[in-house]
Amino acid sequence: MTANARLLLMGWKFHFKMLARSSFNGWLGVIYPLFFATVAFFMFRAGSKDSLLYASLGASVMGVWSATSTSAGAALQRERWHGTLELLVAAPAPFSLVLLPVTLAMATVGLYSMAATLLWGRVLFGIDLHIDHWLLFCLSVPATVIAIGMFGFLLAVAFVRYRTAWALGNLLEYPVWLICGFLVPLSFFPAWVRPISWVLAPTWGMQAIRESATGGTPVPDLLVCLGLGLLYTAIGVLVVDWFLRAARARAALSLT
Amino acid sequence: MSSVRLFFVGGLLSYRALFGWLSPWVLIPTFVVAPIFQILLFVYIGRSSHTQSDEFYVVGNALQYAAIPCIFAMTNTISGERYQNTLGAVLATPAKRIPLFLGRSLPVIANGFVVSVFALVVGGLIVGVSIPAGSETEILLVILVCAFSCTGLGLSTAAIGLLARDTAVLSNIVFGILLVFTGANVALDDLPGWMSTLAQGLPLTHGIEAARRLADGQSFSAVGGLVAAEAFIGLVWGVLGYTAIRTLEWQSRIHATLERA
Repeated sequence: MTANARLLLMGWKFHFKMLARSSFNGWLGVIYPLFFATVAFFMFRAGSKDSLLYASLGASVMGVWSATSTSAGAALQRERWHGTLELLVAAPAPFSLVLLPVTLAMATVGLYSMAATLLWGRVLFGIDLHIDHWLLFCLSVPATVIAIGMFGFLLAVAFVRYRTAWALGNLLEYPVWLICGFLVPLSFFPAWVRPISWVLAPTWGMQAIRESATGGTPVPDLLVCLGLGLLYTAIGVLVVDWFLRAARARAALSLT
Repeated sequence: MSSVRLFFVGGLLSYRALFGWLSPWVLIPTFVVAPIFQILLFVYIGRSSHTQSDEFYVVGNALQYAAIPCIFAMTNTISGERYQNTLGAVLATPAKRIPLFLGRSLPVIANGFVVSVFALVVGGLIVGVSIPAGSETEILLVILVCAFSCTGLGLSTAAIGLLARDTAVLSNIVFGILLVFTGANVALDDLPGWMSTLAQGLPLTHGIEAARRLADGQSFSAVGGLVAAEAFIGLVWGVLGYTAIRTLEWQSRIHATLERA
């Protein structure tokens, strides 16, 4: 148990340090969502000024998802390029415990983007970050980050057999921004979209963050967000061994 | 004759060999699905923020998405030579440089054009925006000019790719700048003055405006000035990019810095 916890912690720390120094995951991870946040701020300022705080909080979480979606899809491909995937799979440690901290670290890097977006909105657009329940807000943010990291873990596992997994991860960037209510209330979407939103942890994380900021009741949203994150992890753990067995049987792990 | 062959055949071969996004596993998510979701994202934000009509975002984002193939493909087809270790061999050849480099831009323009047309048609169908009958050909022409001007900017980013290692970061930043500045989602009147002034020198700004006016039923003669401005801006960026590539090629010979990045 202690060894597993240490593996998770050290893996997270190691990958966070690596990602934070990457120009793609670090620099671009902060700047790229800022372009979208800027457009959103201009749009809301032109049309609905009262919703600027709503937009600011939503845009900030967009960065956490951006940092995770493409990178998590490509997490295993990156190990392939480094020539370390076979070693990690062959290691006695459970592969899930090797992969999970990678995607958690990716989501954690998104906190840079989150902070930058909130600061950008405050300095350039004068958006006051008024938080009613600071304690619950401070719980909601890491819970959302962890749940998004767990979602990334499921993506990484699902895309293990695809050489161009980064494109599939990239593909999910806009849809999740759209249907998880980051910038558009769910009530705007057709009824058939809402059940899809409900099974996505970022939807509940976003609601928890907003509820804690506006003085609502974020705890139920927070619990659902974490519960979904744990469910993604459980599914990922269950299927990762099956995927790896299939890759070994077909000698397709390296995809060369 | 060899220059014509280099322009067409060399350009096509280079595009097929170096632009790694032609695999269906990348092409479909990037060029088919993503532009539709970009349109939907901004249409819904527009509805939520009560700013512009759906047509505004469909036209703006369909044309702006030409930046993805035009910037990334143009940058990749030139700076990608370095990653394949063929840049030195290419630059050591006596081939004329204009057909060598500009030939690579032709498939990129075609790619940008097709992606934009697809996004406009499918995005419009999903959201329920229709183009007035009779203006289709004019809008296609505007999209073609936009793809050309964007590829001109791509040639400039390709030149920077001869200096910088991480062209993916560079191309993403250029895409973001075009998203914010060109009026694709925010009317130029709603941008600060310095931003709307700067937008006048960027590809897509005039093209998007022209396409919107055509979609609103104006005649082509009414937007001829905008289309000409778009083409001129693309030409300027293209000449700038080509000059920069030649300068950097020359510099790399003097300082032996071709493989430095």
